[in-house]
Amino acid sequence: MAFTAFAANTEVVEQAPKKGRWIVLLLLAPGIMYMLLFFVTPFIQLIITSLQVPAEGQGIGDYVAALQFTNYWAAIQEYWPQILRSFVYALIGTVVGLLISYPLAYLIGVRVRSKPMLQGILLILVIAPFFISFLLRTLSWKQILPTEWMGTDFSVVFGLVYNFIPFMVLPIFASLQSLDMRLLEAGSDLYASPATVFRKVTLPLSMPGVVSGTLLSFIPMSGDYVNASRQFLGSIDTAMVGNVIESNFLQTQNYPLAASLSIVLMVVILVLIIAYVRRSGTEDLL
Amino acid sequence: MKKWSLGRAFVPVASIIVLIYLLLPIVNVIIFSFNEKRGRNNIKWNGFTLDNWQNICGAPEVCTAFSNSIIVGVVSTVVATVLGTLIAIALVRYRFRFRSTISLLLFTPMATPEVVLGAGLAYQFLTMGVEKGLGTIILAHIMFCISYVVVVVKARVASLDPAIEEAGRDLYASPGQVFFRITLPTLMPGIIGAALLSFALSFDDFIITNFNSGAVSTFPKFIYTAAAKGVPAQANVLASIVFVGALLLVIIVQVVRINNQKRLASK
Repeated sequence: MAFTAFAANTEVVEQAPKKGRWIVLLLLAPGIMYMLLFFVTPFIQLIITSLQVPAEGQGIGDYVAALQFTNYWAAIQEYWPQILRSFVYALIGTVVGLLISYPLAYLIGVRVRSKPMLQGILLILVIAPFFISFLLRTLSWKQILPTEWMGTDFSVVFGLVYNFIPFMVLPIFASLQSLDMRLLEAGSDLYASPATVFRKVTLPLSMPGVVSGTLLSFIPMSGDYVNASRQFLGSIDTAMVGNVIESNFLQTQNYPLAASLSIVLMVVILVLIIAYVRRSGTEDLL
Repeated sequence: MKKWSLGRAFVPVASIIVLIYLLLPIVNVIIFSFNEKRGRNNIKWNGFTLDNWQNICGAPEVCTAFSNSIIVGVVSTVVATVLGTLIAIALVRYRFRFRSTISLLLFTPMATPEVVLGAGLAYQFLTMGVEKGLGTIILAHIMFCISYVVVVVKARVASLDPAIEEAGRDLYASPGQVFFRITLPTLMPGIIGAALLSFALSFDDFIITNFNSGAVSTFPKFIYTAAAKGVPAQANVLASIVFVGALLLVIIVQVVRINNQKRLASK
């Protein structure tokens, strides 16, 4: 199921490197060609588009190749509130998500480890949201929460946190599941208080899960535009960079603007991730 | 066991609250599938009815969108699973140049916001003059599903003992026989898991689809478009059916897994 992607603590059998160029080429060629064609080339295309200028005569959506680097400056100047808002929302959403997901991951990975049936039920409950359309679920909050809360910073962050709880719980659970209980016992045998054991043993050992959980939440959150859009939990005052990219691409057809905002979003995320991963000391994770 | 756990009651109580937060909207979706129709309104509770369940395709477009999602999900899952499995085998089993570059190439889509992936691909189709539709949605979905398939299948390949294949070769099995009678069957649980994940991701994808679908509607896109005026209760019915079906499937898999563990433990 979905969580096998995160709970991959399988035993690794040492495998001797094998030769066989033709087989490797045969195995890789189709998939890699596909990724070059539909992932790498579009990325390059995005950069090219971000530097384009409007065509002579100015038909809507008509742009020609150019090296207009000022597009970036113009995009940032016009939309910095939305860019900033995206990252503030994603940051708050990730921190809140981490705080509320950790106890649940701890319950499933440590407390009920000796009861496989209960552990199985709890895991199913955590992945249950994956089986039902996330748009319908998000829309549900509009019915459940009071109407006057809608369209605020609060409702958008509330929705973002909600959407990404499983992405936070599952990796942390996977880390905690492989935690050696004897280490915790050793800690308390040495007269550490439960709080100290948690801070000095449990938390550091679950860091790989925390790092992948925060990345799995933060990246999609900062690009999300469903929660913040008006027909869902947001309003004009809560527009995120994703909303701007969507409306400029699909409605106004201002392609260079949408493209340069996409690149800005990507670059900021990359810088933040590198800084975060360096600080948390889990470089080998990437 | 008692001493080292942080605040005994805190963990279960907090967990229950988080679980309610997580599951409340699901309950809400199911409840509103039984809501009586008043105009287009499925926002307020009007009363209980079975009409929506008896007349699932009653709302215009909803079943077309739903079957489009199934088509997209099945086709992209099949292609992505085949391509991803081949890559996963190559990455674990063989040493070659650019191996880490290829790993990075496959990891990057998972670390890119969907809106960037969707927009980039949409420009690509625009410049190539490809008309958007069911085909472009499928091409887009295969792209992001491959990465997830590789991650899941790689874990399975890594846990496999190559000695079993060697034994097959020693017994004069041809490379084709080794692959189809030993490698593939042992990888099957991983491949099935990857395919289910891939289908779930494809079926529920909205952002990338929205950029690459043109006039064609999928189930999530239908909901997004309908959201402004009120999503018909039939959408709740279809979502509830998928939910119950998937849940049953997972429960069966879990029960079988736990039973197998018990059997192995008792031996």
